[in-house]
Amino acid sequence: MLGEGILKGLAETAKNFAGSFVSEERLTTVEYPEQRLPQIENTRDFPFLVYDGDDAMAGLRCVSCQICEKECPPKCIYITKSADKKPDYVGKAQFYPTRFDIDVSVCMSCQICVEVCPFEAIKMDTEFELSTEDRFGGLILDRHKLAKSNEYYHQIHPTEAAEVDARLAEEKAKVEAKAKAAAEAAAAKAAADAAAKGTADATAKAAESAAKSAEGQA
Amino acid sequence: MMHAAFFLTFAVLTLAGAVAAALLRNLVHCALSLTVTFAGLALLYLSLGAEFVGLTQVLVYIGAVAILVVFAILLTRGSGSLPRQMLSSSGWRVGWLAAVAVGFVLVAALRDAPFAQSQGNAPVVSVKEIGQALMGPFALPLEIVGVLLTVALIGAVIVAMPEKPMLENPVLKNQMPEKQGGAE
Amino acid sequence: MNLNAGWASTGWTSTLDQIFVLVQHRVAELFPPVLQPWVAMILGVVGIVAVFPAIFALTTVLERKGLGRMQNRLGPNRVGPYGILQPMADAIKSLTKEDIIPRSADAVVHFLAPVVLVVAIFLGYAVLPVGRNMVLMPIDAGILFFFAIGASTELSIFMAGWSSRNKYSLLGAMRAVAQMISYEVPLLLSAVVAIMMTGSLSPEAIVAAQGGFSGVLPHWYVFTPWGFAGFALFVVAALAETNRSPFDLPEGESELVAGYFTEYSGFKFALFFLGEYLGMMSIAGYGITLFLGGWGAPFSFLAFIPSWAWFFGKLFLAIFFFIWLRGTLPRLRQDQLMNFAWKFMLPMSLLNLLVAAAWRFLGEWLGAGVGAEAIRWLACAAVLGGTYVLLGRAMLRRQKIGPRSYRYAE
Repeated sequence: MLGEGILKGLAETAKNFAGSFVSEERLTTVEYPEQRLPQIENTRDFPFLVYDGDDAMAGLRCVSCQICEKECPPKCIYITKSADKKPDYVGKAQFYPTRFDIDVSVCMSCQICVEVCPFEAIKMDTEFELSTEDRFGGLILDRHKLAKSNEYYHQIHPTEAAEVDARLAEEKAKVEAKAKAAAEAAAAKAAADAAAKGTADATAKAAESAAKSAEGQA
Repeated sequence: MMHAAFFLTFAVLTLAGAVAAALLRNLVHCALSLTVTFAGLALLYLSLGAEFVGLTQVLVYIGAVAILVVFAILLTRGSGSLPRQMLSSSGWRVGWLAAVAVGFVLVAALRDAPFAQSQGNAPVVSVKEIGQALMGPFALPLEIVGVLLTVALIGAVIVAMPEKPMLENPVLKNQMPEKQGGAE
Repeated sequence: MNLNAGWASTGWTSTLDQIFVLVQHRVAELFPPVLQPWVAMILGVVGIVAVFPAIFALTTVLERKGLGRMQNRLGPNRVGPYGILQPMADAIKSLTKEDIIPRSADAVVHFLAPVVLVVAIFLGYAVLPVGRNMVLMPIDAGILFFFAIGASTELSIFMAGWSSRNKYSLLGAMRAVAQMISYEVPLLLSAVVAIMMTGSLSPEAIVAAQGGFSGVLPHWYVFTPWGFAGFALFVVAALAETNRSPFDLPEGESELVAGYFTEYSGFKFALFFLGEYLGMMSIAGYGITLFLGGWGAPFSFLAFIPSWAWFFGKLFLAIFFFIWLRGTLPRLRQDQLMNFAWKFMLPMSLLNLLVAAAWRFLGEWLGAGVGAEAIRWLACAAVLGGTYVLLGRAMLRRQKIGPRSYRYAE
């Protein structure tokens, strides 16, 4: 009959109206600033720079290779390379960024910078409360604001951070192994030289010192 | 005193609306000015105590006729302003001449006309009396007017109907789906 | 004073009932006699201009909260306790917002449209009886006055749509005007039954005619077959007339942005919003006056409660019903809207006129008595109900439910 559906609909909305006062589980609203939903692990919005150790500026993994700057589709990364070098996590002397700015008003959260970074230096953040009164300057984040510790990275993306750490450790081990092999080769060469000279104790000393130096490097 | 002030205000409003309706260039503005005239007339009727006529004036003229005028303007030639030269055609001198002649005749006629003094107050006719008159002595004319309006309405519908039903049109018929689903 | 049965006219109840009237007289007496009628009138106007926009403000927040609850949401709850001060925040926002007039718009008409709309709608309150002896302008043809004023709001909507020079605005205005003209016919015809039965166009006379009680039940028109049908038709037509959901096509967000007030911002937008809600409240007020006994109490033993409290209580119920419908029904399509007006509403309201006349004459022929009354009641209800069922069946059968077919875009 005409109007039957209207009555059914009215009953349904009346049920909702009354029910929302009675049962709490009907209301699915999360009242945001006070209540928050648990964050999904793969959440990502804008990039940040990872540093190791306590000193943010000294521990930046970024070596200022500028690959991310070149790959960034909307061109929102601005890097200035340093003139000098400082040792990185494996002890190798590297350049570092004297300026690393990301304009988050331009950033489109594509994560390409993260994918191209060979040094695991740039990762995606989950921080979304970025509102500011200055819509130009306030949305350009400099390296001080971007630098966040590895512990923070572990906090927001635990699985991914563990993988990254494992990868880095592996690389480091590889480098060490290479250095060790190189040192051993050098020691063997020195021993051979010594043997050629004919002094047995000199060989032992050289091998010892080579091993020591390899250890020191590690 | 008060009454005269009201009358003057409403009369000026009515005349201003009428003058604006005649002189404005934008057709929609003309229509809106005409509405001001209608409203002024309604106010005049109301101030004279003719409640029913005044309110019917609002209901019919502002509520329906003005809308009709506006719709007619929008659906026919657009609401743009008219070009200027339409008013400065060669015939306007003749127009002035005609206007002056008509004015002269009107003034002459009004000067010679004997105006009877009004006899006291105008009779107060309540809405109820109008209704009883329409349902009593004037029932037949009312019915005839009703039939006439109905005929006009039906005629308008027939004029507005498409000449060929869509299904008889071979081009459109092919595009129609075979069956439009079952009736529920 | 037109006292009705069951109303104790003595003591503090009558004082409370007439409290606003008494205050008005007392204040007016402070002025010289020449000015007294004017002062009284100005006080009445101030009352209307203060009370109804206040109800509007309250309605906006209650509507948002009510709709939220119907959709299992919380609704606004940030400004003030339970979000009750939200209208203040909205008012401040709309007052401080930039007032934009589009460059190609017709500035004068664009400015006049909301003003004319609000003024016209406020005029409608002049003859609305909000309580015993509480009418600003007691004129004989009050209902006619209201319908005349209601018809003239269409023009301001057209002015808004046309002057904006925006296709959405113009389309919205055209839709609004077409819809309002179409539904004005059933609105008027459904109201006519109450006028016919009372034999008067005066809202106070209509309220007085519904003032009696049989036992504890009142003689409201809605409790008769023709009155119920008239009331239902009036409510539907009133929804369409005020562009409320499900008849909110003129401002359908998904199609027309905001319809005829797309190009309005800031306070002018707020004026349109105000006008819409005031229109809704005034038409609800007339529905109450015509069919729900106006300011009369629903039971004879509740007659001690002041008349204005009853009126505003009924008004709030009506507003709640409108909100409820808005939370329930989806928007109609243009062709459904027009079909419904001309193929259902119009025949039903015409039939209702006939039934009302039959009711009147059956009453005379059958005479008094419970049996005669029951026969009259059943006969009229059967005619109306049968026609409703048949018309509804026909409408549903004619409705072609099936896959959408396009005439040009294929």
